[in-house]
Amino acid sequence: MTIYILRRLVVLVVSLVLASIVIFALLRLLPGDPANALLGVGATDAQISAARAQVGSDQSIWQQFGIFLRQLVTFDFGRSFISNLPIGPEITARLVVTLPLTLLSFVLAVIIAVPLGIIAATKSSRWYGATISAASQLGIAIPVFWVGILLISWLALSAHLLPSGGFPRDDWKDPAAALRSLTLPVLTIAIVMSASLLRYVRSATLDVLGSDYLRTFRSLGGSFSGTLVRHGLRNGAVPVIAILGIELATTFLGAVVVESVFTLPGLGSMLVLGISQHDYPAVQGVLFVSTLFVLLVGFGADIAQRLVDPRLRDTVSGNRP
Amino acid sequence: MKQRYLLSGIGIATAIVLAGCSTTAPDSSGGGADSDATITIGSSYEPQNLDNTAGGGQGVSEALNGNVYEGLFTLTDKGEVVNGLASDFTKSDDGLTYTFTLQKDVKFHSGDPLTATDVKYSIDRVRAETSKSSRKSTFDNVKTIATPDDSTVVITLTSKSISLPYNLSYVWIMNDALKDPTTAEDGTGPYKLGTWKRGSSLSLERDADYWGTAAKNKEVVFTYFTDATALNNALLTNAVDIVTSVQSPDAIPQFENNADYKVNDGDSTTKEVLAYNDRVAPFNNVKVRQAISAAIDKKKLLTSVWGDYGTLIGSFVPPTDPWYEDLNSVNAYDPAKATALLADAGYPKGFEFTLDTPDYDPHPIVAEFLKSELAKVGITVTINTITADEWYTKVYQKLDFQATLQEHVNHRDIVFYGNPDFYWGYNNPKVTTLIDQSETSDTTDEQTAKLKEANEIIANDAASGWLYLYPQIVVAASNVTGYPLNGINSQFFAFNITKSA
Repeated sequence: MTIYILRRLVVLVVSLVLASIVIFALLRLLPGDPANALLGVGATDAQISAARAQVGSDQSIWQQFGIFLRQLVTFDFGRSFISNLPIGPEITARLVVTLPLTLLSFVLAVIIAVPLGIIAATKSSRWYGATISAASQLGIAIPVFWVGILLISWLALSAHLLPSGGFPRDDWKDPAAALRSLTLPVLTIAIVMSASLLRYVRSATLDVLGSDYLRTFRSLGGSFSGTLVRHGLRNGAVPVIAILGIELATTFLGAVVVESVFTLPGLGSMLVLGISQHDYPAVQGVLFVSTLFVLLVGFGADIAQRLVDPRLRDTVSGNRP
Repeated sequence: MKQRYLLSGIGIATAIVLAGCSTTAPDSSGGGADSDATITIGSSYEPQNLDNTAGGGQGVSEALNGNVYEGLFTLTDKGEVVNGLASDFTKSDDGLTYTFTLQKDVKFHSGDPLTATDVKYSIDRVRAETSKSSRKSTFDNVKTIATPDDSTVVITLTSKSISLPYNLSYVWIMNDALKDPTTAEDGTGPYKLGTWKRGSSLSLERDADYWGTAAKNKEVVFTYFTDATALNNALLTNAVDIVTSVQSPDAIPQFENNADYKVNDGDSTTKEVLAYNDRVAPFNNVKVRQAISAAIDKKKLLTSVWGDYGTLIGSFVPPTDPWYEDLNSVNAYDPAKATALLADAGYPKGFEFTLDTPDYDPHPIVAEFLKSELAKVGITVTINTITADEWYTKVYQKLDFQATLQEHVNHRDIVFYGNPDFYWGYNNPKVTTLIDQSETSDTTDEQTAKLKEANEIIANDAASGWLYLYPQIVVAASNVTGYPLNGINSQFFAFNITKSA
């Protein structure tokens, strides 16, 4: 297991380096010059070249890459081309919104999806089992922004129960206010995310229900629910954990849309703004942190799988031998 | 003998109140205004940084101009220039030396007193090599700035400049001890900077020690939105009190028919322009340009984009410029005349051209409209959609275009037509001369006359197609009054805003 973790860590670092190179290269493929974002109609040639010097777009791509690598090693994301403010603190400030948003949505989605998914599988012949199953199909088909708009329309504009968007100016100083601001966005993500999670839980449960070991155990006199909890959950969890890892990563990245609908000052809105302004340091910083998050979640999911299923412990990938 | 101008002892704040009377929303007669209220303002323009000489963008003017920083002069919401931190000024007979006297007992927010060296420092920042101020070139003719004593600033010019006071209204006077103006402030205005939360909001707090009339509210919070619907929702749920500039007419009906809100229709300075490359055929032919002007039903276009809002002005000069005149009758809509002009110009069967169209509203809609209008007189338009960034490189810098659409936001920007090197390449020596002469005028009347004449020539030449003037729509909750309506140069003076409970 220790060797596995060490090997897995090496993979993590190599992935991070490769991802950084891709991030750098992709940004430079965008048409246009980042200096343009600093200029308005009426700029003189001198101002244009001054702007190019400020953002470094007058340097060769290799020089820019050298600066970028040096920044990564020192974990310093440089300064924004646009605001000239350091990127690192801004990312931290925005993580304060995006991380709770992601984690709360994830937890809520799991709370909704796991019991409903098991019910949908075990009671598939009953009307409510079938209804849950059908509703989850619908949930997968609905775009997340649409759910957000509907929730705003009902709970904010008509009922005046919750704010339609925004986040408190003092962040989490007043946790109740911050939670109120996050309620609708969290609900939005959780509803859509739980729909797809539910499908996975349901099919994993169905696999378990059809398995030989479960039949054997029941034939030895175990009760249906007791067997399911003692043996079914653990076996069913293995594929679900892999999916959970992917879902968590997707939620983090997908926060872009929800943050835009609810005007939350999170990482997603920083990324969108950064791209539109050609603010390379900001985009690189956000993508790097996102990549790191995704890789860490994948790492965590792999470890969790091995804790749950000892048969996997000697393998590198998540597949059973 | 020296001429004296604006010899008035009125403090700047009073002057603004007086000048602003007719253009700000009327005070509610009911009273009950809360002088300790927090006013929340919803805007789409977050500053990039806090320095207007470092590419801060229009958001920085909106939040800080007149609120946190003041100039020697102030441009009012009506477009008039009144005294600011200058209490008085004189101009020498040859028009080359301006002597400014500073208001007394003015302190920066840090507590430092305002002195002439701060003023010199501030003007020099705008003129500096590294300055990215859009107004930098307007100070090219400044020869020296002297500070004979703490309350006197003497500016010597190499050529006469009637617009100097106006141009100085763009220059923030800041403490020369301020280290990093991109992240901190030290101005003299009625508000101090509170907190700036990037991506979300910027707050201003009333300065108890302000030298002029104190702000009528305690705190102003600019809240920033990237999504127009989210901004409207915030107003509907009372999360914001005012929206500074509504960008689409779609959202207006829900406020128009609701007594809780007031929709204000002000004058913007933003012109939707069909800019030709006047250097290249067929647009180097004045008859072709006149034909296109005559072929476009601008009234119909404006209605389709903005409903009942917006104004047709027939030229590049909006009503808040002193040299405005209604030129809608010049090259007015007349498809028959357009066809005749095209034949005259040697294009009896029309021609084809590519219209570089920025990909954001309203340009794509406008482009489609132009395409169908011009097809009626035989002109085929190919729409080439580009990003704002590509526009800047392709059109503005490389001049690689036939025609393009662009919104021009600046106040008093007709002077662009006096520069033959500007992207649209309009080159009429008579106009260039008139615009140069207007700047060296001795009186504003003379300046106005010259620019009117120039504008008439530009309009007759159909140098560009001026499609319409954007409306400036401010929507506010009914219990809020005293906000500016025109938002000239993106300014949004907040100090007169009151909110009743």
